[in-house]
Amino acid sequence: MPNSANASDSPAIEVTGLTCGYDGQAVLKDLSFTVKRGEVFFVIGGSGCGKSTLLRHLIGLNPPLAGTVKFLGQSFTTADLAARRKLLKTFGVLYQGGALWSSLTLRQNVALPLEEHTTLSAREIDELATLKLAQVGLTGFEDYYPAEISGGMKKRAGLARALSLDPSIVFLDEPSAGLDPVTSRKLDELVLQMRETFGTTLVVVSHELASIFGIADRVIMLDRAEQGIIAEGPPRELAERSRDPRVIDFLHRSDRPAAPAV
Amino acid sequence: MSAPTSPARADAALEGETLSVQLAGDWLITAPRPGWLAALAGRTPKRVVLGSAGLGQWDSALLLFLFEAQQWCRIAGAHCDTKALPEKIHALLRQMSTSHETSVPFDRSENFFTAVGEATLDIWRKTRVFAHFIGECVLGAVRLVKHPKKFRWADFVEEMQLCGAMALPIVSLVSFLVGVTLAYTGAIVLRQYGGDIYVADLVGLSMVREMGALMTGVVLAGRTGAAFAATLGNMKANEEIDALETLGISAVDFLVLPRLLALGVMMPLLAIYSNALGILGGMAISMKVLSIPPAAYWVEMLTIVDMSDLLVGVIKAVVFGLIIGLAGCLRGIEAERSAAGVGRAATSAVVTAILLIIMADAVFAVAFDILGL
Repeated sequence: MPNSANASDSPAIEVTGLTCGYDGQAVLKDLSFTVKRGEVFFVIGGSGCGKSTLLRHLIGLNPPLAGTVKFLGQSFTTADLAARRKLLKTFGVLYQGGALWSSLTLRQNVALPLEEHTTLSAREIDELATLKLAQVGLTGFEDYYPAEISGGMKKRAGLARALSLDPSIVFLDEPSAGLDPVTSRKLDELVLQMRETFGTTLVVVSHELASIFGIADRVIMLDRAEQGIIAEGPPRELAERSRDPRVIDFLHRSDRPAAPAV
Repeated sequence: MSAPTSPARADAALEGETLSVQLAGDWLITAPRPGWLAALAGRTPKRVVLGSAGLGQWDSALLLFLFEAQQWCRIAGAHCDTKALPEKIHALLRQMSTSHETSVPFDRSENFFTAVGEATLDIWRKTRVFAHFIGECVLGAVRLVKHPKKFRWADFVEEMQLCGAMALPIVSLVSFLVGVTLAYTGAIVLRQYGGDIYVADLVGLSMVREMGALMTGVVLAGRTGAAFAATLGNMKANEEIDALETLGISAVDFLVLPRLLALGVMMPLLAIYSNALGILGGMAISMKVLSIPPAAYWVEMLTIVDMSDLLVGVIKAVVFGLIIGLAGCLRGIEAERSAAGVGRAATSAVVTAILLIIMADAVFAVAFDILGL
């Protein structure tokens, strides 16, 4: 979350000519986009368009078939092991189901990255883990195991873990999926709070319209047939001005659907 | 996070009873930073004033320092002045104080009597669950006899392939080596009395009555029992078993019976195969070490091993197969809905199966003795 008086001007994320896929088969081709520092940036699109695939390639879980990804001006895709390890500390990831380690309590889940990457004392780590969990509204649940809490709480605990090292960039994979509207709204507020307080850059993979229109500064929309980006810009602007029927369909899908003729 | 461009500093100056601490540089959690006690340097001011004039980038590292300072002031009875700090930092410090005060460790420890009571209740619960599960399986078997067309024959064949044919290499190796070991061990004693030829009887009888079924059971408990538990445990975690139940499909009929029957059929076949390989192992050693011709070995073995011995081994193998299947499936269905739960289920399936196999083997030894088999 570093607050910076004189941060460098390089974008938080710079993606150039990125081709994502598995076993040599491209799912997304030649993607290029940048995410500014402190921006809430959404990757949107229908199911199966490659949103999560893009996320996996951005965070280095899958090697790209072509292209580069830069974080804060430093190449992530071509970085050697030491540089990569350093860059890994610049971002945190909230996975779809929280991905909490089931054998550890919530406090231990949040503390583990701090134990691995800092020289803080056990007491300090404990204080910080407690704070992070309090920030996501999980005070009193520090010593619970993931199996003992609800799905929404797991996501919030996953977010606390993603924030444990105070990263400059946080990736969130479908943060609202499976959550009730109130919890989803609270998560959105938390995202905005993180940006306002710490200037964190947030990359959110989602297809929840309420979140997209509620908190996104800018979005890119992916399409399965196109295997790439079909729209880019602020969501309201896209909803009002885009003439692409795929974009219109997606961003106006909250309109009451007509029953198909039988 | 960005790399720190200037190191974190806490410049402290004492004026009278007031300690002014100016925070400067980049305070990042992954970089070294001064501690509060180092800044204090053994001084005991009545008032501490914290400022942030030269502060660069900062994150939780700064909060930890300030929180420590506040805590020290509270304990030492000093006044802590943080007015000069930005509002953002104030808000976070308040949050940190609140979380520190409201977080109460969840005590999971329990006294001895509670632990004993809980363990007893757990054993009782597990016994009931096991009995209930066996009952379900029996009812499932009745349904299978009544409506054989509804049985998952394709799954049954696939499971036979997985737990039978695919296990041949490991069963071959283990059985052959057991035969070799038995022959060597027997030879040590029998040679002293000039009874080398009786190695054939020893290996043959041991393999056919005991070791063939036992070793196959142990191998399959580790291989197939664990796989059953892991598969069913994963299905439970993914709510697949819940989906079956809500559709009115019995999980026992759909998932357990095909596996159970597949093991019940394949175990005796594998045990017979194991007998053959064990005898072959013994024969190889007898030929090489004791110079007993294979034909003589075979003829001698047939003087003591007969069909009743083979039947004993086969009966044991069927029961062991059912034990492995039951333990694997029960542990899988009972697994907790987490990765660790699936792991525990697989381990528990293997341990339960091996334990029950050994117990059943002992019961068989007594029963067959009484029956004169």
